[in-house]
Amino acid sequence: MASPPPPRRALRRRGSLAPYGFLGPATLLFTLFFALPIGFAVYLSLRATRVKGLGLGSHARTEVWAGLSNYTSALADSELLAGSGRVLLYGALLVPTMLGAALFFALLLDVPRVRFGAFSRLVIFLPYAVPGIVASTLWGFLYLPQVSPGYYLLTRAGMSGPDLLHGGGLYLAMANIAVWGGTGFNMIVIYTSLRALPAELYEAARLDGCSELQVALRIKIPMVAPSLVLTFFFSMIATLQVFAEPMTLKPLTNSMSSTWSPLMKVYRDAFVQGNIYSAAATSVVIAAATLLLSFGFLKLVNKRANGGS
Amino acid sequence: MSTTTAAAPRRTAPALPPKASAPRRTAWTPTLLLLLGAVYCLVPVVWVVTAATKSRQELFTTFTYAPGTGFWDNLTELSSYRGGVYWQWMANSALYAGAGALLSAAVSGLTGYALAKYRFRGRSTVFNVLLAGVLMPPITLAVPQYLLMSKAGLADSYWSVLLPSILSPYGIYLSRIYAEAAIPDEVVEAARVDGAREWRLFRSVALPMMVPGLVTVFLFQFVAIWNNFLLPYIMLGDDHKFPVTVGLYSLLQQGANEPALYTLVITGALLSILPLIALFLGMQRYWRVDLLSGAVKS
Repeated sequence: MASPPPPRRALRRRGSLAPYGFLGPATLLFTLFFALPIGFAVYLSLRATRVKGLGLGSHARTEVWAGLSNYTSALADSELLAGSGRVLLYGALLVPTMLGAALFFALLLDVPRVRFGAFSRLVIFLPYAVPGIVASTLWGFLYLPQVSPGYYLLTRAGMSGPDLLHGGGLYLAMANIAVWGGTGFNMIVIYTSLRALPAELYEAARLDGCSELQVALRIKIPMVAPSLVLTFFFSMIATLQVFAEPMTLKPLTNSMSSTWSPLMKVYRDAFVQGNIYSAAATSVVIAAATLLLSFGFLKLVNKRANGGS
Repeated sequence: MSTTTAAAPRRTAPALPPKASAPRRTAWTPTLLLLLGAVYCLVPVVWVVTAATKSRQELFTTFTYAPGTGFWDNLTELSSYRGGVYWQWMANSALYAGAGALLSAAVSGLTGYALAKYRFRGRSTVFNVLLAGVLMPPITLAVPQYLLMSKAGLADSYWSVLLPSILSPYGIYLSRIYAEAAIPDEVVEAARVDGAREWRLFRSVALPMMVPGLVTVFLFQFVAIWNNFLLPYIMLGDDHKFPVTVGLYSLLQQGANEPALYTLVITGALLSILPLIALFLGMQRYWRVDLLSGAVKS
C-alpha cells in the first residue's frame, strides 16, 4: 500500500463502516441457522393439522392455527415432566461429582513436588477427545455382566454384582459416563486459572505455617471461584441437553425409555410420531426453561459477587 | 480471612525454609491420587484395545482385559462391511470436521476482531445475541433447521451438516478475548496512519497476530463437530453420508438384534478414536484452554 495517507475525515468514515462488513458472514449465518429456525419453531408451535373427512387423500390434512393448545398439552404432558425430573436427578448426581473431581485433581496438580503431573493431566483430559456416542458404547459394554471386570471378580468371590443398566443403577451408569468424559476438561480450565495466580499469594501463608490443605481451602479455592462458576454454568447447560448418551445405551438395555430425556421426547414426537407441531412447542418450552435457568443463575452469581466484595 | 493473607505485603523468602530437606521429596499422596484418576480414565480405553482383538466367541466369554485372537478378522470384516462404508464414515467425519472447523475459525476470527477492535453502534447487542446462541438447546435448532433444509431441498446432503456447524458462539467469544489481548491498539493505529485500508489491515496485520488463538478455535470446533451426533442424526438419512458417530450408532442399534455385529462396533469405536487422540497429542501445545476462563497473558 503505497498510497498517501487519506484525509482524516475519510479515514474515520471508512473505519466506522468496516466493522459492519466484518460482521457480515456471522450475521448471515446467525440469521439463517439460528434466528430463522427459532422463529420457525415458534410459528410451528402455534399450528396443528386437522384431518378432514376420513383422512384419506393428499388434501385431507390441512394445517390450521392452533393458538396455545400445543403449549398447554406440552406443559401438561406427564412424559415431559418425568423426563425433566430424570434429567434433574441425573444432573444433581453428575455436576457436583464432576466439578468436585475436576477441582480436586486441579489442586493436586498444583501441589509442589508432585510427580507424573504432565502425564496424569494428559490422560485425565484424554476422554474429552472421545465422542459421547463412543464413550457410552464402551461403558455400556463394560456395564454388561458378561463383560464387566467388577462383575467377574464379584461372581468369582461368590457374590452377585450390581445391575447398572436397570432401575436406579441407570442414573449411576449415565452419570459415570459424563463424569469420565467431562472431568478432564473442567480440570484443565480450573488448573489454568490456578496457574495464573501469583505464587507469592501462598508463599506467605506457607511461611506462616499453613499446610498445603489450608492453602488450598483458604486461598486457592476462593481465588478460582470465577472458574468454578464458569464450569458450573457450562456443565449445567450441557446436562440439560443430554441426548447422545441415553440414545446409545438404549439398544443395550430395555429400561431406557425413548423419552428418557426431554430432548429424546422431542425427537420421538417429531420424527417417529410425525407430530412436528407438538415437538416444536415442547422444544420452545425447553429453550425458554434453559434461558430462564441460565439468566437466573447469572443473576444470582452477580448478586453474590457484588454483595460479597 | 484468606483475602487478608492474600493482601499482606510481599515478603522476600528467606534463604532456608524451616525444613531444609522438604523441597526435594516427592509429594507421594497427591501423585498417587492423580495416577488413580489416570487409571480410571484409561479403564474403557484399555478395554476397547483388548476387546477389539477378541473374536465373537471370545467377546463375552473371556476375561475383560484378556487379549483375544481375532483382531485381524475383525478389521477385515469391518472394512468389507457393506462395501467398506465404515471408511466412508471416517472420511465424512474428516470432511465435516475439517472444513467446518476451518470455516468456523475464519468467521470467528473476523467477528472476534471486529468486536474487539472497533467501537460501533450495536456492538454489545451483537455480541450478546451471538452468545445467547450457546444457550439454545440443540434440538430447538435442529428440528426446525431440518424442516427448513428440506424446504430448501438440502436435507440429507453434505451441506445440511456442514453449514449449521460454521457459526460457533464459543469460537467468536474466544477470538474476541484473544484479539483484545494480542493486538495492541497502537499497531492498528500505526497501520492506519500508514494508509492501510481496513480489510488489508485485518489480513496482513491483525490476522497473523491472531493465529495462535485461531488454531485453538479450530481445534475446539474440530472436536465439537467430530463428536457431534444430534445434528447429523437428524439431517441425514443416507448412510453413505453419515459421520462416524452416527454410523457407529446405527451399527450398535443393529447389533441389538444381531449380536455378531458387536465385534464390528467395538473395532470401529477403537479406530474412530485414534485420529482424534493423534490430533490431540500432536497439537498439545496449541490447546489454549486458558482462553476459556478469559485469562490471556500474551
